[in-house]
Amino acid sequence: MTIHRGRGFACINYPIGMNLGGDPSQALVHSNPDGKFTVALSAIDLGQGMKSVCRQIAAETLGIPVEDVYVDTADSDTGPHDMGSFASRGTHRMGNAVIMAAKEARSVMLEAAAEELEVDPADLVTDGKGNIHVKGAPSRSITTMAASQAAQFRQGRTIAGRGIFLIPLSDVDPETGEMTPVTTFAHAAMLVTVEVCDETGEVTVTDMQSAYEVGRALNPKLVEQQLRGGAWMGMSHAAWETTEPHYPSRDHGAVDFNGYLMPGPGDLAPHHISILERPAADGPFGGKGPGEMCANPVLPAVVNAVFDAVGVRIDALPVTPEKVLRGLKSQGGAKPRQRL
Amino acid sequence: MAMKPVTFTLNGLAKAAFTEDGQNLLDFLRRGVGDMAPKYGCGQGGCGACTVLLDGVPHLSCLTLAETVEGRRVDTASGLAGATISPLQEAFMDRFAAQCGYCTPGMLMAATALLAKNPRPNRDEVIEAISGNICRCTGYEPIIAAILDVAEGRVGA
Repeated sequence: MTIHRGRGFACINYPIGMNLGGDPSQALVHSNPDGKFTVALSAIDLGQGMKSVCRQIAAETLGIPVEDVYVDTADSDTGPHDMGSFASRGTHRMGNAVIMAAKEARSVMLEAAAEELEVDPADLVTDGKGNIHVKGAPSRSITTMAASQAAQFRQGRTIAGRGIFLIPLSDVDPETGEMTPVTTFAHAAMLVTVEVCDETGEVTVTDMQSAYEVGRALNPKLVEQQLRGGAWMGMSHAAWETTEPHYPSRDHGAVDFNGYLMPGPGDLAPHHISILERPAADGPFGGKGPGEMCANPVLPAVVNAVFDAVGVRIDALPVTPEKVLRGLKSQGGAKPRQRL
Repeated sequence: MAMKPVTFTLNGLAKAAFTEDGQNLLDFLRRGVGDMAPKYGCGQGGCGACTVLLDGVPHLSCLTLAETVEGRRVDTASGLAGATISPLQEAFMDRFAAQCGYCTPGMLMAATALLAKNPRPNRDEVIEAISGNICRCTGYEPIIAAILDVAEGRVGA
């Protein structure tokens, strides 16, 4: 029995969003009489942090504290229309819609404040702490709460804004198949080290190194955690998970967590993550979104690492011990591509 | 269907409720008592989302008969926070140890039992303690790090 080490590399250009009818997302923003703002979205936060990011984006655009923004994604029946949370589109699509809506709401908020302060709205700035004041004269000031109350109870204004992200529908050229389905790409490179046992066929990922370019990391801790969790899922897809282990035969398909295997907390590989920030021109504050791409490059990288380790080229996922052993048998044993 | 009264202690408070024949503890806690912290994951003891403590020991509430908690102490994630959240919960927040959050109540209870029994666990002991709990989102590392933060005194006291 010999343990063979190998390294595999993969890189990815990952599209953010997809052009389904222009890929629209809508956002509605309005103020409440306490000076706080509600952002209504129909896209759902699956745990990736979309609510947190949209909250930051709204606060930054409105010029108010992030604590004063509530993001409501409660009900897609009654909320503004959205294509949904998929295709890694959340930060980019909803973020852009939130900026557009928040800009409109901000302009009404400044008009209301201007009327109270008897100044021109163009002369007003926000301090990000809940105050609106005349540029260069912080003492000529009104709180966002007072401005909201004045708008609602005296001026008869609605401090609200509408936003939508929409790109032109891209038709497919019937001759060439050419189209422009997306507006921006994120990028990543991943290097994994594996150990392959030539007696059991078992593949163990021992190290992951990755570099991700996701535009500006609007919330760096959320980005890092998404990449970390996603890489685990990629490792799981690469070497463990399958509902159809003998496809197209349905035999021995997993029916529960005893048969559907996933790496547990004792099966982790150290993962070193580098995040490169290159703000996207069309992204909200330059953000793109890690989304699904955090899992994808792990799969080809693991397959390449197995090839590097023992010379077996696996062409159907996951890389199970059985497939590795069959490959080793057919080529007459391990044929490492290099000595590490 | 026969109903049977069960008296027990839930998160330090005396409780009494009726259980149906054969009702499992998870269903009893959620539907009968209204404690929604334990989650229904697989319903067959494979995922750990329903983990609660019985007299301080982790149990899978989906596989535990409700009537067996008569006279015993049951602790769920609902009881972890007092006026403020507990150091373990704080560590989970600081480390981003929850994404969708579905496994979190079970993880918290598994970790609570570990730290009560062994306040200074090492990494391998933490892994062992949560190895019956499946997490789909985080990749486990932030959860391990959060529990070690408490064990090694980096959060709370």
